[in-house]
Amino acid sequence: MPGTVRIRAFALIALFSGLILQALPAVAQEQAIGGTLSQRAEEGEDPVPVEGVVITVTQDGNEVGSATTDAEGNWTVPVPAPGDYDVALDASTLPPGVTLSDPERSELTDINVRPGQTRRVIFQLGGGGAGGTSTWDRVASLVVVGLKLGAIIALSSVGLSLIFGVTGLVNFSHAELVTLGAFIAYVFHAGGPRWPLVVAALPAVLFGVTFGWGQEKVLWGPLRRRGMGVLTMMVVSIGLGFALRFLILAFFGGLPRAYPDFASQGAVAFLGFSVVPKHVVAIVAALVILGGVGLFLERTLAGTALRAVRDNPDLAESSGIAVDRVVALTWALGAGLAAIGGVFFGVTESVQWSMGFDLLLLMFAAVVLGGLGTAYGAMLGGFVVGISVEMSTLFFPNELKNAVGLVLLIIMLIWRPQGLLGVRERIG
Amino acid sequence: MDWSGAITNGIISALGPVAIAYAVSAIGLNLQFGFTGLLNFGHVAFMMVGAYGTAATVEAGGSLWLGIGVGILAAVVLGLLLGLPTLRLRADYLAITTIAAAETLRLLVRSPVTRSVTGGVFGIQGFAEEFHALNPFGASTGYAIGPLVVSGRRLFVMIVGWTVVLILALIVRRLVKSPWGRLLKAIREDEDATRSLGKNVFVAKLQALALGGALASVGGVLLAIEQQNVSPDSFLPQVTFIIYVVVILGGAGTIWGPMLGAVIFQFFFYFVDSVMRQAQANVSWVGAILDSAGAAQIRFVLVGLGLMALLVFRPQGMLGSRREALVDG
Repeated sequence: MPGTVRIRAFALIALFSGLILQALPAVAQEQAIGGTLSQRAEEGEDPVPVEGVVITVTQDGNEVGSATTDAEGNWTVPVPAPGDYDVALDASTLPPGVTLSDPERSELTDINVRPGQTRRVIFQLGGGGAGGTSTWDRVASLVVVGLKLGAIIALSSVGLSLIFGVTGLVNFSHAELVTLGAFIAYVFHAGGPRWPLVVAALPAVLFGVTFGWGQEKVLWGPLRRRGMGVLTMMVVSIGLGFALRFLILAFFGGLPRAYPDFASQGAVAFLGFSVVPKHVVAIVAALVILGGVGLFLERTLAGTALRAVRDNPDLAESSGIAVDRVVALTWALGAGLAAIGGVFFGVTESVQWSMGFDLLLLMFAAVVLGGLGTAYGAMLGGFVVGISVEMSTLFFPNELKNAVGLVLLIIMLIWRPQGLLGVRERIG
Repeated sequence: MDWSGAITNGIISALGPVAIAYAVSAIGLNLQFGFTGLLNFGHVAFMMVGAYGTAATVEAGGSLWLGIGVGILAAVVLGLLLGLPTLRLRADYLAITTIAAAETLRLLVRSPVTRSVTGGVFGIQGFAEEFHALNPFGASTGYAIGPLVVSGRRLFVMIVGWTVVLILALIVRRLVKSPWGRLLKAIREDEDATRSLGKNVFVAKLQALALGGALASVGGVLLAIEQQNVSPDSFLPQVTFIIYVVVILGGAGTIWGPMLGAVIFQFFFYFVDSVMRQAQANVSWVGAILDSAGAAQIRFVLVGLGLMALLVFRPQGMLGSRREALVDG
């Protein structure tokens, strides 16, 4: 900010040492990380700038800012203070045919920034010609990215919605079921056994199912039988989510990680669109799984029992349905789906301690949009929210895209609180 | 293991500026949640609005005292804006809307769009000279009671801060003992019955939300003045959850609970921090499973577990009565 005298660096030091800020040396110190992203097709040729690539700067796992490269390939992310930062290039935003020369180096860690410095960071690009991207291409690729995010939200939030449906609990710790799924797959994929991700996802889902079922048996079931109300249980779930989230942070650290096999998959041209293969796989796989959930709910005895309990627990119980078992089944199903959602989220974005909580508010948006308590509502809402969030980057800065999802939620609650597919009832 | 060091650390934090901000904020949340039964999960937004209102006003050339007024007024406006459309919703919907609204507001403050006013990710620094210039103790002079050493700067903030806490607690005490206070409690106990007695439940809830928000903004203002710094990432949703722990720990629906809760919470938070740091460095098996950054997170894990344990085993907290404790009976 030219013209304004800033005392940022000094204020931060004073903050920690408890000094008073009198007689300050008025030094304007601004730091930033930036660079120019360009690609040299052949040795000796002029470099071609690469536009529209998202680069994110984080510190200790917290996002400091992000930038999209402009027409000249330039990008700058201002940083608040000198120190070490991690800079990540989102390989899925690279235009078709452009790849990182070294796929392992999509994230550069511990970039030191000195006071007042604009630190230059260079990502080496290889591959064929870059070429410009038209608005139409951008819309098309945002639709794919939006569908991908929608698929993840839909998978993750079916459980949130069904658990609310059968128990009345708005489960804030649902976020951590997503995160745990992603981390357990990470441990088996990148850690010791080095299983392919498809195989590593199995223990993640198994853990999710067991953990969800176990939670109901050990915690929620007993609390319900003690007569604890759903609102108090909601606050309990906040405590549980809080504890799990920071436990993951304590043991895995704050750095975002990527599944090694998918770390920097670039976009490819497909029917004239620029798409990232893993996004398409995630969308298709999610649709298949969601279809399976639909069949389960409609065609099996257990699914019918689940719907009966959701509609009227007392009536279901008096018709001979073992309500407690149905509730435990719902927890297992919902938590397992959340774990799959977490793996997909980890594949397409990154595996990070706060990923679930970042997704949670969008999940709430999806669930409320579709109708709290319904499975199909959560699916529909998930896709609507995912696409709206990603498409909004056409009009608003990247930093505001999640806010768009939340505004959607607020508007929906005010206009039609029962959701698109919900049944109208008094909720005032 | 240096236990006395950990205890000293805990006591200094328990009386420090953050505890003061939590106490003031918790007094506000207690009015909403403890007395009226409103599940406001966006409480941190009120603190943020207070802090940013102050900082941005000074940055734009106003005086600090004008800034404090602007901050508090902005919180009242936020309370009305948030309450008008949402207070007719059921409690769980209110919770979701308020947390979403608070996070939207934070993302907006953080975004490049509002950067000329809010400073974006940098926030605003160095706006409270006028306050610290009034300090009679000498900023860098150290003051000690036994092993407890504080700087004159901190001592001044503590004296002003706790005076404000005391005044606000007395105001709230007067309010909740009035007919209006009884109306709030009636709404908490049975909203429909209160409505059938001809009371305007909606207006009372709106008043409680806005007034509680104004109180919370004072907490945000105090913290901003002490730190001479506001930045969007100090107003994450987890702050709201910590204030809930403070209120429930002290006793929801009591006058002195929020203050007691804030002091005890901060004491344990820093006590555990000191103990974990030492254990990580000196106890081999702890050092083997956790690095020093990880050890610093364990206190947050305990906050979460503590919240669960409180609600399960002692929902009335330290000062409350069990009969009034649970929002839903």
